[in-house]
Amino acid sequence: MTETRAVRAMTRRELLSSGVAAGAAMVVGGGFVASATEAWAMETKALQPATMATLIQMSRDIYPHDRIADRHYALAVKAHDEKAAGDPDFAKMIEDGVAGLDAAAAEAGHGSYLGTGWEIDRVALLRAIEDGGFFQTIRGGLVVGLYNQKDVWPVFGYEGSSAEYGGYLERGFDDIAWL
Amino acid sequence: MAAPFDLSDDSVVVIIGTGAGGGTLANELAQKGISVVALEAGGRHLPNDYINDEWESFGQLAWLDMRTTSGDWRVSRDFPNLPAWIVKAVGGSTVHWAGASLRFQEHEWRVRTEYGDIEGANLLDWPITADEMDPWYAKAEEKIGVTRTGGRPGLPGNNNYKVFEAGAKKLGYTQVHTGRMGINSVERDGRPACQQTGFCFQGCKFGAKWSTAYTEIPKGEATGNLEVREHAHVLKIEHGEDGRVTGVVYADKEGNQHRQAARVVAVAGNSIESPRLLLNSASAMFPDGLANSSGQVGRNYMRHMTGSVYAIFPEPVRMWRGTTMAGIISDESRNDPARGFVGGYEMETLSIGVPFMAAFLDPGAWGREFSSAMDGYENMAGMWLVGEDMPQESNRVTLHGEIKDQYGMPVPDVHFTDHPNDVAMRAHAYAQGAAVYDAVGATRTMPTPPYPSTHNLGTNRMSEKPGDGVVNRFGQSHDIPNLFVSDGSQFTTGASENPTLTIVALAIRQAETMAGMMARGEI
Ligand SMILES: Cc1cc2nc3c(=O)[nH]c(=O)nc-3n(C[C@H](O)[C@H](O)[C@H](O)COP(=O)(O)OP(=O)(O)OC[C@H]3O[C@@H](n4cnc5c(N)ncnc54)[C@H](O)[C@@H]3O)c2cc1C
Ligand code: SF4
Repeated sequence: MTETRAVRAMTRRELLSSGVAAGAAMVVGGGFVASATEAWAMETKALQPATMATLIQMSRDIYPHDRIADRHYALAVKAHDEKAAGDPDFAKMIEDGVAGLDAAAAEAGHGSYLGTGWEIDRVALLRAIEDGGFFQTIRGGLVVGLYNQKDVWPVFGYEGSSAEYGGYLERGFDDIAWL
Repeated sequence: MAAPFDLSDDSVVVIIGTGAGGGTLANELAQKGISVVALEAGGRHLPNDYINDEWESFGQLAWLDMRTTSGDWRVSRDFPNLPAWIVKAVGGSTVHWAGASLRFQEHEWRVRTEYGDIEGANLLDWPITADEMDPWYAKAEEKIGVTRTGGRPGLPGNNNYKVFEAGAKKLGYTQVHTGRMGINSVERDGRPACQQTGFCFQGCKFGAKWSTAYTEIPKGEATGNLEVREHAHVLKIEHGEDGRVTGVVYADKEGNQHRQAARVVAVAGNSIESPRLLLNSASAMFPDGLANSSGQVGRNYMRHMTGSVYAIFPEPVRMWRGTTMAGIISDESRNDPARGFVGGYEMETLSIGVPFMAAFLDPGAWGREFSSAMDGYENMAGMWLVGEDMPQESNRVTLHGEIKDQYGMPVPDVHFTDHPNDVAMRAHAYAQGAAVYDAVGATRTMPTPPYPSTHNLGTNRMSEKPGDGVVNRFGQSHDIPNLFVSDGSQFTTGASENPTLTIVALAIRQAETMAGMMARGEI
């Protein structure tokens, strides 16, 4: 996870206390999103830190894997911030998308998307926009952005590249025992 | 060593594409002493370069030039610019292929006769018989080193296969085994036995799997009669006033155009690029494209009836370990219209890694229904269903009206809609696939829609009569004697088997015929 120099100069406690809670799991402040519980913080370049925090929560709600930590979702949506830095139209599309989601959450009485406490309620908000470009951009990006992270593969048991170990000929290609 | 031929040398056979068809033809002709220039749009990647990583490998090998899609198929919705999964590299899609090497069944050479008139299907008997193909199949099996043929042992079964086999037997299926595979089960032809790495689709890093990239091509080059020009993307085939082809125009890596003269041209760019090239070569004399007096160039596009079934079990399977396609059930490949459709299908084990599973299990799906399936990955087994689909005139490759590629040539549009027979067969295959896994205790089974096409067939089909198809029984175009088609686009119908063994057998046979015609001065 990248951190700004300013962010690094602060202790983690200072950093967290300089921001405000974004949902239950994240804290946002000037130019950063951080985890309230895990040891990561991410600098934002073009998108509002609160927008990034929303994208991270939204990503978990789209592809919820309870054994995958938030930092992997954060890493998966980081590309949108990078793209937004060079593409104002794209930045606006994302900001507008999150604003729309927050407005829908407010209308449903939850204040904001991040303030919507239960997954089932957030998913209902997402179902309402699932055919739109904003949702599809976020979902589509996750297919590779999340599932192609080598360090999430162990969560699925997947072992990745094997040629360098001589394949599985001597390493259990036929070791099934329960049949 | 590899022979360099002059651009103006009009004694050479020019082959476009170096995959299953083109790569085989190139070596066969070179072995007979015929001068060959093989033009390949992609670069040369060998086992050392292959990458055990699905997306990285895809970026390295796949054909990613712009294509569009239309029709009712779901691929057009989920992957609008990726109708097919094909390789752009020396070796073509034999770098990706899984190795399943099956002969057609006898009746599959004459399905118009066997199935009768099926509404909406443009069925035709092949102008070749099973008997006639027998010796060519034997040669192809020998070349590829197909397991369970010619006295070669089968491969050992991996975990994915063991689950599949146990389910098949419980269900009463009898034709189940570890397949006839173009993968060495023992060291052979200077290549080792399979190491069970599980990345057959990404190029075999051990070279255990046959691919023209490191078998046919270097063997042909060693004769001194074959020059393979990499990054040579053919844009147009040219002809003279007598209507015979005279050479081809291609773009090199820098985009500079060259003209290679030719005595004979053989098109082997796979079933989307081959018809596209013929259509893009239209001239005043041939306004509808080359070899297209029948109007069949680009039509009858087939992709096999496909689909997959993945199943989750209470205990781990670890299907990714070992050969990607590790076994087969052939009981359903017979023609038995009592099932509600003509033709049949094969069931073959298949495994894809987490990255591809995320993309292909149920494209567009999200939420816990999807993510819980992914969470079951370690306990998953999988199979691919591949059956005969009906050729339809309206399923076709055409030139896009507006979009051009990097060389200014119109891109291909691939239009496909299932025939009702395909839909009925898929429903049956999904149910049988699920039953195989249910029989051994699956807790969840999932029908998975067809991937972008890996088997692309039929767009320059073979026919007895010139009015019914594009090429004759030797792959020679009906219209232009020195223009041949040498890849899967020749297929009159698709049969239920994976196509490559047949493509290779036809290419060996074509080389023999072509050499005879050249010796007799006919071409
Ligand atoms: C993942 C995967 C798994 C498969 N598994 C199996 C299997 O188990 N069994 C089986 O039988 N089949 C399998 N196949 C299918 C098999 O790979 C193809 O049927 C076969 O390779 C097709 O042969 P071809 O000669 O028609 O085309 P290809 O092998 O695709 O070769 C075409 C070549 O032409 C080149 N080319 C195209 N246009 C031009 C141009 N204009 N100029 C120059 N060069 C050009 C391409 O770059 C390519 O190298 C699989 C395919 C894939 C993708
Ligand atoms: S499983 Fe065997 S054939 Fe497939 S890539 Fe590995 S070594 Fe090659």
